[in-house]
Amino acid sequence: MSEHNQHAQHKEQGEHDQEHHIVSPVIYGSILLALLIFTGLTVWMSFIDLGEWHIAAGLTLFWNPVVALAIACTKMTLVVLFFMHVKYTTKLTKLTVASGFFVFIVLIGMTMTDYFTRAWGRW
Amino acid sequence: MSDSTATASGAVAEAHHEHPPYQRHHFESVDQQFDATNFAMWLFLLTEIMFFGGLFTAYLIMRNWYYPAFVEASHQLNIGWGTANTGVLIVSSFTMAMGVWSAEMRKKGMLILFLSLTWILGMAFLGIKSIEYHEKWVKHHVPGLHWSDSSFLNPASDPEVYKEYHDKPLAPDMAEKTGMYFFLYFAMTGMHALHMIIGISLLTFMIFRARQGAYTTGHVTYVENFGLYWHFVDIVWIFLFPLLYLISRY
Repeated sequence: MSEHNQHAQHKEQGEHDQEHHIVSPVIYGSILLALLIFTGLTVWMSFIDLGEWHIAAGLTLFWNPVVALAIACTKMTLVVLFFMHVKYTTKLTKLTVASGFFVFIVLIGMTMTDYFTRAWGRW
Repeated sequence: MSDSTATASGAVAEAHHEHPPYQRHHFESVDQQFDATNFAMWLFLLTEIMFFGGLFTAYLIMRNWYYPAFVEASHQLNIGWGTANTGVLIVSSFTMAMGVWSAEMRKKGMLILFLSLTWILGMAFLGIKSIEYHEKWVKHHVPGLHWSDSSFLNPASDPEVYKEYHDKPLAPDMAEKTGMYFFLYFAMTGMHALHMIIGISLLTFMIFRARQGAYTTGHVTYVENFGLYWHFVDIVWIFLFPLLYLISRY
């Protein structure tokens, strides 16, 4: 019986150490609202010509896709942190998610620097 | 869980094997089991990110090479349907998150309600998608199967789109490249839709299990990890929507 109590006591402490965090519906609701607002914003912005930046001769950056992707990244961050509970998860999972995205960016980034510079200076 | 806690509890756990039926014997605690499966689910999702990453990379390269073709082909997509579907999917992510909350709070009725709402919204998404696919078929915009680039050689032949964007006729070699846009459109949205179909199938199973009370006794791992999958599919769409629908709409 004493063993049982000990076990129960330990269990309580254990749960307190590393509580399974329950995210409240208020947070879920606010995130939903933010995501819908960002969706409206990205559609609205797409109808406006945000112009372009002539970095060098033949090299131009259009602002519209940059803004669209920035909004998409913001939405993704909200979903990952709150809907997917990464904000409340273990350090191991946080590190894994972050390094996964980092590798993803490196893969796309390196591929793009190759493709976009093959004709460098020849335009 | 820290190592010191694990060591301290070792002796007790050895002598005493009481734990909930859903806790596997090789786990120290339910929390540890939850964290381990959660971590594994994230590893799976990272492979999914890399998988979709290949499609996104192909899209970026082709868009950079054949930008005029991508602009005019993108104008063929209906921004109303696209926005509606984005909204549907975001709300379904919310209902799924609420489903996880219901399971955590052990509210069986609420869980069934939110899983069912997620199921319905998932089906609504696929319904809207099929309306769009049908339109592409009618307009001969399905490369390889039902294809014609006449809408791009002569944009005025498609008055509905022409009155909005006044697209200029593309040269034949560029007009041909609109096929690449539509190929990527079908490959990316098709692969996304396949993930939705898998998700909806799993949801059907989960609604059935939830009615039996499977997820409302403290064992939320399955619902939580399915939620991660569902939100991941939502994130893919969050990027597909601006990339495919919102190219040069002004």
